[in-house]
Amino acid sequence: MGKKSKRAEKLNLPLAIETNEVSERLEVRRTAKLYIGGAFPRSESGRSREVKLAKGGVANIAGGSRKDLREAVRVARIAAEPWAARTAMVRGQILYRVAELMEGRAAQFRDDLINHGASKSDAAAEVAAAIDRMVWYAGWPDKLSAVLGGTNPVASSHFVFTLPEPTGVIACIAPESSPLLGLVSRLGGILAGGNVAIVLASESAPLPAVTLAETLAVSDVPAGVVNIITARRTELLPHLVRHADIDGYDLWGCPDELLTEAEQGAAEHVARVARRPHGVKDRADAFDGERGERIDGITAFLEMKTVWHPIGS
Amino acid sequence: MPSDPSPKSAAPRRSPARAASGATPASSATVAPASSGLAGTSPWTYAPAPESREIVTIRQRYGLFIDGKERAPSGGEVTITYNPATEEPLAEVAKGTPADADRAIEAADRAYRKVWSKLHPRERAKYLYRISRILQERSREFAVTETMDSGKPIRESRDVDVPLAAAHFWYYAGWADKLEYAVPGRRPEAHGVVGQVIPWNFPLLMLAWKIAPALAAGNTVVLKPASTTPLTALLFADVCRQAELPDGVVNIVTGPGSTGMSIVTDPRVAKVAFTGSTSVGVTIAKGIAGHGKGLTLELGGKAANIVFEDAALDQAVEGVVNGIFFNQGEVCCAGSRLLVQESVADEFLARLRDRMSMLRIGDPMDKNTDIGAINSKAQMETIGELVASGVAEGAQIWQPACDLPTRGWFFRPTLFTNVAQSHRIAREEIFGPVLATITFRTVAEAIEKANNTAYGLSAGIWTEKGSRILQVASALKAGVVWANTFNRFDPTAPFGGYKESGYGREGGMQGLHAYLRSS
Repeated sequence: MGKKSKRAEKLNLPLAIETNEVSERLEVRRTAKLYIGGAFPRSESGRSREVKLAKGGVANIAGGSRKDLREAVRVARIAAEPWAARTAMVRGQILYRVAELMEGRAAQFRDDLINHGASKSDAAAEVAAAIDRMVWYAGWPDKLSAVLGGTNPVASSHFVFTLPEPTGVIACIAPESSPLLGLVSRLGGILAGGNVAIVLASESAPLPAVTLAETLAVSDVPAGVVNIITARRTELLPHLVRHADIDGYDLWGCPDELLTEAEQGAAEHVARVARRPHGVKDRADAFDGERGERIDGITAFLEMKTVWHPIGS
Repeated sequence: MPSDPSPKSAAPRRSPARAASGATPASSATVAPASSGLAGTSPWTYAPAPESREIVTIRQRYGLFIDGKERAPSGGEVTITYNPATEEPLAEVAKGTPADADRAIEAADRAYRKVWSKLHPRERAKYLYRISRILQERSREFAVTETMDSGKPIRESRDVDVPLAAAHFWYYAGWADKLEYAVPGRRPEAHGVVGQVIPWNFPLLMLAWKIAPALAAGNTVVLKPASTTPLTALLFADVCRQAELPDGVVNIVTGPGSTGMSIVTDPRVAKVAFTGSTSVGVTIAKGIAGHGKGLTLELGGKAANIVFEDAALDQAVEGVVNGIFFNQGEVCCAGSRLLVQESVADEFLARLRDRMSMLRIGDPMDKNTDIGAINSKAQMETIGELVASGVAEGAQIWQPACDLPTRGWFFRPTLFTNVAQSHRIAREEIFGPVLATITFRTVAEAIEKANNTAYGLSAGIWTEKGSRILQVASALKAGVVWANTFNRFDPTAPFGGYKESGYGREGGMQGLHAYLRSS
């Protein structure tokens, strides 16, 4: 047993803090909850699921239900219009702010990944890439109309322009592997386009999504713009894809065996769908480097609006 | 050969009708009675001005266009396509089967792998320029054929459908060797074989909207025209022959919807494009779910044409009339809901009734005709059923008094007032010359009501205030917003819907994207 320092004595801290002997202090665990409308409710179903952590101990992950999902869609719909109405510059700044806050929580993100079985170096690389990916997206909102839209030189006396607008409420089935980088890579595109999101987090590795929710809650992303639900995907997906107030689905993380059902559900209300291109697998390196910088992550949920006006008196 | 419907026998005996209050149209601010009767003969009488059909030779029977050759359908069956203005048969057309679809896809697949994908993009461009030129050269022939097969006025097929179709090929021809500029930062690649199903309201124009960008992007095509309007697509096959387009690059398979389904669900078809009703679009999307195919849908609409109190009313009347009566209202982007500000509603409706009374309905081949024939008997029944529902649900109906031809499928232009947003005529796509009027008081109410629909294809705004145009245009959930104009189309301007009007765009650089995949 070491001797307590003067400072420790003054603060009456337990010895463990000074000596890194964890055993003397009981860790305060985090309750991993849902993130809906800017708040952190437990599932209304009262369910949770035990996940064993690689560093030892367990985490209880909230088991989101169909009703939680409906609530998330309700608050997302309310958040959609004000978020789309923010200027492109402000949306970009808010996404950059998310990156700033993620940087501050890098250690926790790394721990989450390690707890789900990643090696130290893989975890560090994924966290760094995820933060950089958010910065990449932060630069997009005020450039989309220049890159994707424009004025159209029609063969009549009209001034005609085409601009991208957000689709609305998008459900994102987050990639199962690459639980942080994959999530940020898809969610960033949805947000950069001015949409709001309901995220079904990675089922096997949900902790990074929980930490991201806690990061978003203290960022400037308005409540309801991102809603994150941890749940069993096979249970929620059939309801998610048939919810008529969801305008689009990012199915990059949809398990192959559920893809047909998911697309059929989306088709019933003419919802937009983004899915992995043929040959791209949901695996840990799917979003590494420039492969993950995909503008189609944004364009999948944009609507092009063309406006005509006559020229003349 | 089916009997030759001469313009004389087809010409309905028109007596253009005028409402009594329309003697000084648009100059009077007086309110016309809700349903003004006829007041004798109009001073505006027009002598018949029929377009000659000499230029067109419609054959007795048409086969399928597969691998550069005309082929008989494998089942040996044919369907008859009729002239909607006379109800006379025009030709027998092959009833393509799933086996024919298979053969066409095989030809398209082979043409893609062996020829089209190996061609220098510049050469692809030159084929498309050739097609555009031939369409221009044969424009009269196409316009007359289109009008005979679809019932649309010759004025429209001649001035809109055919020139725009040629312009689309011209526009996309130039893209063929510039694709990397359309997808900056990515490497553009063709899908391979594209399956396309098009509707009967703009048969040649929809073909051009589909085929031009598909070929420019480097794909090959299997296209199914609508079963009631196959003739211009089959005439287009002859354009492909004249252009010496390599065999199998364009294949045209006529037939019923089930044949279309077997085209789009075939695993060799990598990308599907459909224009038509929302219900069929949903069936297609569900049918190919999980197949990994690209899909674009251009579906129904229920556009609001919003007239604010400070609008130039006469121009707005013209725009509203053009918005709903262009092509008999058989237009997915038709301005079928009139939203008029309460303060000017009476005056506007009076002028609108005056203008509607001057519309000339009748022989589509007559160059003076404003409203031609409804495309099919089935569509006549659909329109009739919805109009009856409007009356039954309590809306007030008004139709100008005018003679309709005794033969052919003609529907009187129809104006409904006192329409509630819950009425079927305010919610469902009618696809006919039927306008439902709803009033509003404030800008916010106009936006709310305009967006109160499952559709989101187009909208119109009539006001002299620029800032209001931009405010309303950005608040409307519609893919095309026409301000102080309506029903304008151009190959450089993207067209397509929000919400249940579908997804993907046709026209412009954006129209190329669906036909390219970027790795």
